[in-house]
Amino acid sequence: MSKAAETPLALYIHWPFCRAKCPYCDFNSHVSQDVDHARFAAAYRREMAHMATHYGAGRKLVSIFFGGGTPSLMPPSLVAGLIDEAERLFGLSDDVEITAEANPTSSEAAMFEGFRAAGVNRISLGVQSLRDAGLAFLGREHSAGEARSAIMAARQHFARISIDLIYARRDQTCAGWVSELREALDLGLTHMSLYQLTIERGTVFHSRARRGERLVPPDDLAAEMYEMTNDIMTGAGLPAYEISNHAATGEACRHNLVYWRAQDWIGIGPGAHGRLTVPAGRLGLATRRSPAAWLESVEDAGHAIDIVTEDGRADSIAESLMMGLRLAEGVSIPALEARYASRAAHLDETALDRLVESGLVEIGGVQLRVTPAGRLLLDWILADLLPG
Amino acid sequence: MTAPSHIRNFSIIAHIDHGKSTIADRLIQVCGGLSEREMTEQVLDNMDIERERGITIKAQTVRLNYTAADGEGYVLNLMDTPGHVDFGYEVSRSLSACEGSLLVVDASQGVEAQTLANVYQAVEADHEIVPVLNKIDLPAAEPERVQMQIEEVIGLPADDAIPASAKTGAGINDILEAVVTRMKPPEGDVEAPLTALLVDSWYDAYLGVMTLVRVRDGRIRKGMKIRLMGTGATHVVERVGVFSPKPTPVDELGPGEMGFINAGVKTVSDARVGDTITEERRPCTEPLPGFKPSVPVVFCGLFPVDTNDFSGLREALEKLSLNDASFSFEAETSAALGFGFRCGFLGLLHMEVIRDRLEREFNLDLISTAPSVVYQMTMTDGSSFNLHNPADMPEVTKIATIEEPWIKATIMTPDEYLGPVLTLCTERRGEQLDLTYAGNRAMAVYRLPLNEVVFDFYDRLKSVTRGYASFDYAIDEYRPGELVKVSILVNGDPVDALSMIVHREQAESRGRAICVRLKDLVPRQMFKVALQAAIGGKVIARETISALRKDVTAKCYGGDISRKKKLLEKQKEGKKKMRQFGKVDIPQNAFFEALKMGDG
Repeated sequence: MSKAAETPLALYIHWPFCRAKCPYCDFNSHVSQDVDHARFAAAYRREMAHMATHYGAGRKLVSIFFGGGTPSLMPPSLVAGLIDEAERLFGLSDDVEITAEANPTSSEAAMFEGFRAAGVNRISLGVQSLRDAGLAFLGREHSAGEARSAIMAARQHFARISIDLIYARRDQTCAGWVSELREALDLGLTHMSLYQLTIERGTVFHSRARRGERLVPPDDLAAEMYEMTNDIMTGAGLPAYEISNHAATGEACRHNLVYWRAQDWIGIGPGAHGRLTVPAGRLGLATRRSPAAWLESVEDAGHAIDIVTEDGRADSIAESLMMGLRLAEGVSIPALEARYASRAAHLDETALDRLVESGLVEIGGVQLRVTPAGRLLLDWILADLLPG
Repeated sequence: MTAPSHIRNFSIIAHIDHGKSTIADRLIQVCGGLSEREMTEQVLDNMDIERERGITIKAQTVRLNYTAADGEGYVLNLMDTPGHVDFGYEVSRSLSACEGSLLVVDASQGVEAQTLANVYQAVEADHEIVPVLNKIDLPAAEPERVQMQIEEVIGLPADDAIPASAKTGAGINDILEAVVTRMKPPEGDVEAPLTALLVDSWYDAYLGVMTLVRVRDGRIRKGMKIRLMGTGATHVVERVGVFSPKPTPVDELGPGEMGFINAGVKTVSDARVGDTITEERRPCTEPLPGFKPSVPVVFCGLFPVDTNDFSGLREALEKLSLNDASFSFEAETSAALGFGFRCGFLGLLHMEVIRDRLEREFNLDLISTAPSVVYQMTMTDGSSFNLHNPADMPEVTKIATIEEPWIKATIMTPDEYLGPVLTLCTERRGEQLDLTYAGNRAMAVYRLPLNEVVFDFYDRLKSVTRGYASFDYAIDEYRPGELVKVSILVNGDPVDALSMIVHREQAESRGRAICVRLKDLVPRQMFKVALQAAIGGKVIARETISALRKDVTAKCYGGDISRKKKLLEKQKEGKKKMRQFGKVDIPQNAFFEALKMGDG
């Protein structure tokens, strides 16, 4: 078995359309009323076929992820068709995880049954908040009540449900967030993604912040909220397995683990990224971002890849650390060295000693890990650890 | 060779922006020195920085052929002189090579502080001074008022001041006529042994070392073996020429004439300004009186932002010094800023100009420490030395006295701003010597410690007078002062680049100001950081930076990888620009920003 074949492969499908653009979101999303579903369906199939031929190499998929945008706006028949096509082109592993992101509105909840029938076995709901005021601030279209109903509806069809919540919002207090979080825990879910609000370039929030509006609490308060969150989640049996992701044992999102473990994935759809292990290091693929341009390219050439990057071993090792240290499990240094047949001399040893000494990083056996105390400082740690 | 009776050598005295260079351009144009096509704005300011800043740094000279009203042809040698206080020595040099001066005053602005100092130098050099009221085309021009001001403030008769406009060309012919009729011709004996003044020297990439000379007696010609009386070196003249304004070869230069020679001199420092040139075979007996050599009075450290640029900086400094012997530099090592140079300048503008040229012409990214002055240290063991760098200050117990340079400053300001100007001078330990009014302008003369002036005095003066004040100074004397060295400590480690010498009374407020400022400039670290200002072991101010709590990308999925990488690159780039102090990372520009601050 070749090295590449040992590395798990996942498929990401990007559906770029939303009913409305959220003020905090910097993902590749577009508001469009009339999407030609048939044309898009054909294009997704063609691009998937191209990727399977050139980059699939007969490997089975461990995961398929429908992200966006708002993939819950996809007709279930399209989802079904793409899953079938993936099975035909790649083959699916026995315990394949197939996730779809969904907005918790009543109309989308009505589609859950169809998604289940199409083969989706995990749903990720963009709840964002269980407070109406919080939802209004975040520019969401649903209410807290609607979100709860959507979770109820999802329960009837999916064993694996995750919700996203955004905290450290303007004017949020620690106590306010704790009570919101406890209510969320009472829903009895096994996976929760808890993100602190960040202001990204190109968003409405970014321009508002630039005009001087304060949208997030000061760092010290945000840090306190983060630590409190981790304590509560650990106590509730959903410890953080990644910086912002919490799950019960065995319930971690396998698809996202592929990213964080720097394994292989193929992306199709507008602005989708793929990364694959190649003998020299890592190959990066990105498709055209604009849905119209993507459509045209795929119809024209069979794919819309417009950026191809190739990372050497040093950069690939850097990627593994950058992503892997987000995980509580950390990174196995010998495994990393074996994978790229290269010494991981790509770490600044003095920085490492200093970080270990200050308790931000630990070495347990062969695993290099960021400690709970270091998690909030991960970017700083990485900049220290990875030599220029 | 032109007979001395038909030569006039003159310079132009004016305040910045009063139109000296544009008047000069007009004179050149009228005399046909350049065709329309060759006339670029302000021909004489040939350095980019001079054009941009509208100032003249090096003295320039140009020969004009003028046919006067009497029908005779005259050779007029115009020396354009620097208008800025820092370049005062250049002024005295050019004045001593001329017999007359045009005093150009902006008819809408009036007399400024600097004009005054330069006029007095011209009077001392026994010049015939012809006042010119420039910019009379401006609606705001008040020629009568300014004429009165010249008489009252400068004490110069101004009845026959020439109204002119370099812009419209009005009065230009009157100026040329006045140069011929009102100024004295040079004197000199063509048969006497060669005596010529070395007015200036500079390096020309094509022609090598160029020497600007003014002949007193005798003549200088190609092939002649000359001796530089100061250095004793002999050279053979390879080329003789004049600037018209392009370098144009001539056979010889005689008494009263001005021009350049090339004489196989290797470096500018071998052609010492103020030296006397004579003929080796038939030397003159007495050298001409030279000039006071210019001495750097303001020092600062210059460091490359990228440590790899150190040798590039050395080369650049060496190249610049080929043309400007007035600044000094020596290698310096700073824990905060790495390897760099301690450089000495004639003043703050000179410092800025050199810094600008280093960055622009040599593409260097530099940071500089706060300017400091030269202190005269006397030690308890009786020894003494000049201190150029606060970081080198010896232990207090070993110091007997510290003396600091004082200046005599002349400030002219519209009287409505006089109050704040006087307050500023008092805050800066100034002693008032004189206060007079001419119309609605006030002139204050103060004695001030130079170290108070190098510390943002210009900026403050400009801001309290909305830019209407003008300022000039001359180095006065050294006086003992109650001076202390304030060290800035980051987590207990002194930051050499931030140490400063200040008056004891100001130590606390300055120290506090730097700590407060640094608090915003030093990024939070993984631990608490103490910022302290101290005199010796005594802490006089303290600020604390609390530990960094959060620096993490909350959301990171597949598509984000390239962006995340860029973010990391940026963060690493930022770290590269950090300097480590013990365990504390401080961005290099924090030092500069901390140094840049004002009082308020």
